Amino acid sequence: MTHELSGIERFQDPGLPEHHHRKSDTDAIAANRAERQVAILFLLSAIGTIGTIASYIFIDTKKFIYLPILGDTNAAQLALGVGLAASLFFIGIAAVHWAKTLMPDEEVIAERHEFRSSDEDRAEFVSTVKERGAAAGLGRRSLIKRSMGVALGLIGLSPLVLLRDLGPLPKNQLSTTDWAAGVRLVTDPGGRPIMPADLEVGSVAQVLPELPQGTERTLENIGKDAVLLIRIRPEEFNLNAERLSWTYNGIIAFSKICSHMGCAVALYEQQTKHLLCPCHQSTFDVTRAAKVIFGPAARPLPQLAIEVDSQGYLVAKQAFTEPVGPSFWERNSA
Amino acid sequence: MRMRKFSRSKFAGPILVVAALLTIGSAFSIASALPSSQKSEVSSQSTLVDEGKQIFLKGCSSCHGLNAEGGAIAPSLIGVGAAAVDFQVGTGRMPMADMSQQAMRKKPVYNAEQVAALAAYVASLAPGPAAVDPASLTWERDGNVAQGGQLFRTNCAMCHNFAAQGGALTNGKYAPTLMGVEPQHIYEAMITGPQSMPKFSDKTITPQEKLSIIAWIKSAQKEPAIGGASLGRVGPVTEGLLIWTFGLGLLIAIAVWLATKAR
Repeated sequence: MTHELSGIERFQDPGLPEHHHRKSDTDAIAANRAERQVAILFLLSAIGTIGTIASYIFIDTKKFIYLPILGDTNAAQLALGVGLAASLFFIGIAAVHWAKTLMPDEEVIAERHEFRSSDEDRAEFVSTVKERGAAAGLGRRSLIKRSMGVALGLIGLSPLVLLRDLGPLPKNQLSTTDWAAGVRLVTDPGGRPIMPADLEVGSVAQVLPELPQGTERTLENIGKDAVLLIRIRPEEFNLNAERLSWTYNGIIAFSKICSHMGCAVALYEQQTKHLLCPCHQSTFDVTRAAKVIFGPAARPLPQLAIEVDSQGYLVAKQAFTEPVGPSFWERNSA
Repeated sequence: MRMRKFSRSKFAGPILVVAALLTIGSAFSIASALPSSQKSEVSSQSTLVDEGKQIFLKGCSSCHGLNAEGGAIAPSLIGVGAAAVDFQVGTGRMPMADMSQQAMRKKPVYNAEQVAALAAYVASLAPGPAAVDPASLTWERDGNVAQGGQLFRTNCAMCHNFAAQGGALTNGKYAPTLMGVEPQHIYEAMITGPQSMPKFSDKTITPQEKLSIIAWIKSAQKEPAIGGASLGRVGPVTEGLLIWTFGLGLLIAIAVWLATKAR
């Protein structure tokens, strides 16, 4: 490329800049001052260490002091932190200041050398390896050679076995929840069944499926089963006939697991009837079957069909008709 | 005889009327003496309602309508109950300072008596949740902090932040911080669902559980910052801001100093 720019004069190598000596190199007073400064910095570090040890021994760990901006702060923790920070920080500062002001100030030019070793060195290396290899007697002592082969050959297997933890495949666990026809909706936490009259218009309730007696509820269950129950005035719904039949007297139930990344969607704005996901601000319209009106979510929150059982408690009419939560490869519906 | 007859007839009428009035009056007062305490309560209640109505007409009716029926810019207050009034006016949210997205907590405009009068007036329009008596909130005795924390994380934390510091909603609305809020206002907010907040019915979160939530909020408020500055307890946002500006700035300053030649 450079030959095409022949019109431009070539840059002259400016060479190395002129070396300026420091004040402390020529002035004894300045050198002494720098020495004192370094000494003071080292002493500050020493004070920091002593302060750390002293605060560990003497300050009550339950004592809190008020500091502006920081507020109520644990005195022992604060003193330990400040002391440790000072003890380390000032050693560093002192060393750098020492090096910059007092240590020899000579500029040395080290030329780069070729990376390739000389042919003699390379030949010598090869011959050394061969010679030592023969001396180790690998050729003669076949027991060692073979057992070593077994050991080294097997050692690669354990990481391969650990790869098993990538599986097993979840089978249908991502598509199923504990909701099924007739399963009662119970409060979370509390586990109490809910009657429609318990919910006033404008109220919400966090619910989980009632598990059979003796079944323990795991975090994995809650992560799939969590449902938000919302009651609005029935005339506010804007649903098709099927979805409307999934509601009960203005009570509608949605999976709380966001269809985008699986966060718990539970910021419910009672006035706008919008449900908001706190992670990426996906916004769902409750009156239109959780239609996505803003944000990255690809599809509405799955709606849980609900009805009332013979004892008047809210139950699921059927299981979720689609997998809850974010997309995954094997997911059937769009 | 005629004179006596005349004189009798002349004064007998008025005297009879006066006597009759006295008799009826005293009989009535005796008859009504028994339920007098009840009567005075009713009348003081009705004067409270009247007083509340006067305050309402002056301070609230321009938005909420002359009969609290609501309007284009403000909701109807019929049936919201005394609890909603005590919360909205008692925390200074109402009357609003301006037509912003959300009424914010500020110094109350009305004193406690005026709030009570307003609450009595609004409660007289239609039944609704009654204002909460602070003395009835025995959260210090009946509230369970651990249970309250569990309830808070499930029901409240998504809007009000995991440390009850508040958080953002849409279009400039927000869930306010719960630090320093009076227990009765927290309770009233849960049962009335002010502004964007939904209601939490007594059956899904029982009154005892509500006390636990209050106990947890009060315990979170008292929680000292063991690890130093809490940075508002809002999580990675302030922490990141601090370390990216102050922390990184300090590192750059040190790097510049390291590379500067001493003179």
